Amino acid sequence: MTTTKTNDIEAKVIAIVCEQLDVRAEDVSPGKTFTEDLGADSLAIVELVLAFEEAFSLKIPDNEVDNIKTVGNAIDYIKKNASGAN
Amino acid sequence: MLAPPREAAVSTRRVVITGMGVLSPLGIGVDENWRRLCAGDSGIGPITRFDVTDYPTKIAGEVRGFEPTKWIAKKEIRQMDLFIQYGIAGAALAFADAGLDQAPVADPERFGVFVGAGLGGLATLESTIAALTEKGPRHGISPYFVPAIIVNLAAGQISIRHGAKGPNLSHVSACSTGAHSIGEAFRTIVHGTADVMIAGGTESTVTPLGIGGFCSSRALSTRNDEPTRASRPFSASRDGFVLSEGCGILVLEELGHARARGAKIHAEIVGYGLSADAYHITLPPPGGEGAQRCMKMALRDAGIAPEQVGYINAHGTSTVADLTETQAIRAVFGGHSERLAVSSTKSMHGHLLGAAGGLEAAISVLALKHGILPPTINLDDPDPGCDLDYVPHVARATQVEYAMSNSFGFGGTNAALIFRRGEF
Repeated sequence: MTTTKTNDIEAKVIAIVCEQLDVRAEDVSPGKTFTEDLGADSLAIVELVLAFEEAFSLKIPDNEVDNIKTVGNAIDYIKKNASGAN
Repeated sequence: MLAPPREAAVSTRRVVITGMGVLSPLGIGVDENWRRLCAGDSGIGPITRFDVTDYPTKIAGEVRGFEPTKWIAKKEIRQMDLFIQYGIAGAALAFADAGLDQAPVADPERFGVFVGAGLGGLATLESTIAALTEKGPRHGISPYFVPAIIVNLAAGQISIRHGAKGPNLSHVSACSTGAHSIGEAFRTIVHGTADVMIAGGTESTVTPLGIGGFCSSRALSTRNDEPTRASRPFSASRDGFVLSEGCGILVLEELGHARARGAKIHAEIVGYGLSADAYHITLPPPGGEGAQRCMKMALRDAGIAPEQVGYINAHGTSTVADLTETQAIRAVFGGHSERLAVSSTKSMHGHLLGAAGGLEAAISVLALKHGILPPTINLDDPDPGCDLDYVPHVARATQVEYAMSNSFGFGGTNAALIFRRGEF
């Protein structure tokens, strides 16, 4: 995977987070947690995961969802599992 | 100056209206609605929400200019059907009108919400079924689907926003929903369970299933070329009701509680009747026997004689049942029917289904408060059997002491509310 593709994934994840959670891009960084920092409840996280799945054409199993607590977790998971994306 | 004792009274607690919030095809908020009601305006127009090509009815009463972000955070808007958004907006308007946005209810556990809807989130149901068909269950169904469509989420969302920790229910009784919700809230305060209640109905069914469903049962007007003249209650040329949307929400408050906080009081609610026809799923029984019992029960509950009622805001949907309601009013009010003013404001705002009783309760309160009776418009050719004083065409300046609001719903479920003008 090229650097450009990696950066694309990061930008796309941040854009989805902004759209789904109605937060500003400057408030979204890899270290931010979805629940405490970005105000997502359990339903919002389900919706967010579904949006990632659609955007990157992958399926995130429920047991993996439990490990995606931060923006960085999401970016890493998608980088690892969405080699065909973009 | 105490009200006469109630039949089988369990309490002498009196209940007043201290806040009102309405959204209808006539506008957003009480002032705009009342101005247009007094002007005899119609809010009915062509349907803009979906392609009506294949539908026999192409007109409805849509709420125009609604900006949900005034009341709801952007990310939450897509998590709730439009009927819930209307309910939140109407409740916020009523809450502010009552001055409760300035000082919170002293005991939140004695502050409740009874807001219902007739049908719930049809638009969200329809779009979700389409998405399910296209994308399958995982991606076709939002995690917010259930809380977006179920009827009691209007009451739930309102309680969350205003910290109302007391009784929380959504009564569902078709076109009587709003009136039943207010009546039940009245009783809840009289009984002593709560001091303040947000109560009424909200609805948004100008959708393919909503319009199509009532088209299928031949209930809607098809006067598509004259939308503003389509809702014509009590006229010989009426051809069905006009489906509308919006909400009508009141703040009901125990009189002492309202006085203690120096609240502005619009009127008192003094009587509530409810009954079932036990007859047919959509048709009223001959003579409106169930409606008669309902109105009589409300009069008994208020402890007043029929002659004391000066105005009835009729259910009057612009269907065959207008004749039955007229007969029921004649049976209950006897000779007083000749002096009684009866109007159907549905001629202007159309039929808001589960929200109708809430909106029309607010209109009845405004009629008492301002001494103006809103008209029945489009009454050019009265049905020969509809022979009451329907306040035709133009509003009338008349100060009445008691106003009744009637609501009758599919299933044969009836509600009547009585309000009293008052200096407080």
